[in-house]
Amino acid sequence: MNADLVIIVTAILVSTAAALVGTFLVLRRMALLSDAISHAVLPGIVLAYWLSGGERATLPALLGAAAAGLVTVSLVEWLTRSGKVKNDAAIGIVFPALFSLGVLAVSLYFRHVHLDLDAVLYGEIAYTPFNTLTLWGREIPESWLVMGSLTLLNLLFVLLFYKELKLSTFDAGLAAALGFAPGVLHYALMTLVSFTSVGAFQSVGAILIVAFLIIPPATAYLLTQRLPVMIGLAVGVGVVSSLAGYGLAIWLDASIAGMMATVAGICFALAFLFSPLGGYLTTRLRRERERLEVAARLLVAHLAHHDQPVPEQEVLAEFGWNPAFLRQARNKALREGWLEVLRDGLRPTPGGLALNKTRFAQDL
Amino acid sequence: MFELVSQIFTDYTLRNVALGSALLGVIGGVLGAFTMLRRQSLLGDVLAHAALPGICLAFILTGSKVPLILLLGGGLAGWLASLGVLAVLRHSRLPEDAALGVMLSSFFGFGIALLTFIQHSNNANQAGLDQFIFGQAATIVASDVLNFMVLGGLALFTVGLFYKEFKLLSFDPEYAHSLGLPVRGLSTLLTSLTVLAVMVGLQTVGVVLMAAMLIAPAAAARQWTDRLSTMIGLSALFGALAGVSGALVSASRENLPTGPLVILSISAILLVSLFLAPLRGLVWDGVRTRQNRRRIFLERLLLDAHVLHNHDVLTPQTLAHHRRESLAAAQRHLEMLRTRGWVQPSRTGYALTPAGHQKAHELEQAMRVLPKTLEGA
Repeated sequence: MNADLVIIVTAILVSTAAALVGTFLVLRRMALLSDAISHAVLPGIVLAYWLSGGERATLPALLGAAAAGLVTVSLVEWLTRSGKVKNDAAIGIVFPALFSLGVLAVSLYFRHVHLDLDAVLYGEIAYTPFNTLTLWGREIPESWLVMGSLTLLNLLFVLLFYKELKLSTFDAGLAAALGFAPGVLHYALMTLVSFTSVGAFQSVGAILIVAFLIIPPATAYLLTQRLPVMIGLAVGVGVVSSLAGYGLAIWLDASIAGMMATVAGICFALAFLFSPLGGYLTTRLRRERERLEVAARLLVAHLAHHDQPVPEQEVLAEFGWNPAFLRQARNKALREGWLEVLRDGLRPTPGGLALNKTRFAQDL
Repeated sequence: MFELVSQIFTDYTLRNVALGSALLGVIGGVLGAFTMLRRQSLLGDVLAHAALPGICLAFILTGSKVPLILLLGGGLAGWLASLGVLAVLRHSRLPEDAALGVMLSSFFGFGIALLTFIQHSNNANQAGLDQFIFGQAATIVASDVLNFMVLGGLALFTVGLFYKEFKLLSFDPEYAHSLGLPVRGLSTLLTSLTVLAVMVGLQTVGVVLMAAMLIAPAAAARQWTDRLSTMIGLSALFGALAGVSGALVSASRENLPTGPLVILSISAILLVSLFLAPLRGLVWDGVRTRQNRRRIFLERLLLDAHVLHNHDVLTPQTLAHHRRESLAAAQRHLEMLRTRGWVQPSRTGYALTPAGHQKAHELEQAMRVLPKTLEGA
């Protein structure tokens, strides 16, 4: 089978599965819990690896990861609830400790087997074409099967529990009062995050899965305020990052997963700068436009009070503007056809005078 | 173990590793105390992850593997990422944790991409760059220790210089602002010092585990004291202790990476602190809760006995009926009151002793007073 196709489809499956659950992580302000979980699945995988006698089977790995994920979440909650440390510190304490245990176990007992640290950290999606299974007489990549099922599982979870997820995400108190058991949902979500992390483990690694879980939903968050749109956009950003990241990685001969995370980061930066919903540059441009518009109308209103054309020097003295700003405002008014420039100064056109009768001008 | 400890003084490598780790512990401990109090614990994590592309870019641009140059690049990148987090927080409605996560993972992803790019570009000089991911304490040499000392000394000196300001900033930034302190400048300074600490940590415990060196010592120290100065001292001490013991344990056997062991040591210290620290320890919390429960139980028991004594007769039967419990339980409870000296057997059953009367009276008074004081408030 075409290696490019295997890798790209795997990446799309990983990013879709991650975006589906990641959206709710971001909305529930648990983005960093996913960071903690994805690190902490390592000891779970090592344990499963050891228990299953050195087989690299998927099912024990999934179970081990789920267990590790739940241990992480419980530990963080226990630490936070004990009141001895704050929530962010609790996360920062739990995951390095668990990750250290995992790293230690890998370097002690699994040094020469498949579980080498590079793959653990940033995965090697380039190897996915080589791991194939024969199913119903056809050869298909193992990663398709694993990530495909996980994507399906996450999709089913989101579809089946959409109402519950939505309610408990936006109003946990009401959800609890209505008997929706937000606790169960919370742990179910965390289990799926653990599953997704371990499923993505072989392709994008323990650390970069966080990029797939957080960045596309965060990007979508900046672009919309509607939940279904946000989920769709998050999946879209994931797909775009997968495709563009793969292309860039091939071109530069660099880590595929790393490049995909980079592209996702660029998508986020673009959304931050240009989002129609209060993007940084969009907002600044709009403010600048509005400022100019107000200045132009102010200028016309001022001129309307004079019978003679007013020299620009006089306007400057009157308003205390700097010449550059006056020029901008004048040009804006000129473009709108509100005033004309005569030899001895500025004069409003009939259009400008009419403008002066509107509500807006009176408010000025 | 003793042999190992003595090796610190004789073995060149072990001495450097232990010293380097201890220095990291001290610097991370001191600055971590401030970051934890300012609830910016995970900023250290972001800084550390974000340093990776900086390290790689520094290598690509200069072709040099001098640790100081690489760490300078790393520090700059980390600093940029923290500015990025601030910008996102200030100009968008994205929650803080997501902003941290986005910066952390996109910078790190870029770093990994650059790292592999360098590795594949057949640059003969590239080996060892990836040590920054997990740190490679074993490669610390005397000149590195000297660098750490200078960097750490600079950081600690600055902390000492601005101690009062940082203290105010950590506990009451609004008050600090109202006093006319340049809060934003001080805050940037403190973050920059944290960048220094992270740079020291990158070579020892690496990008991934650095967060713990900023959080765990401070969290452990916090359990033992309510005073900032004591907390900082303890935090530095715990960090140093973890550094040295991690280095020692990793030297005791082959294939034991230092970074994870340092982290596990500090986690162990934290665990002990969480459970056993006087006043705040969980064990003492448990003991106190049990004592309180027992005291309240006894007091309610006494009040029940008092009511019965005043209006009826106090016997195991009446007490059992009053408290809706079994006769055996009532007998046991009366025995408990008797050992406290609050009741004694009498002709009709049991009677309150003078001490019991007095105590019951006090409790009733307290119960009567309590709602009034609440109303008054």
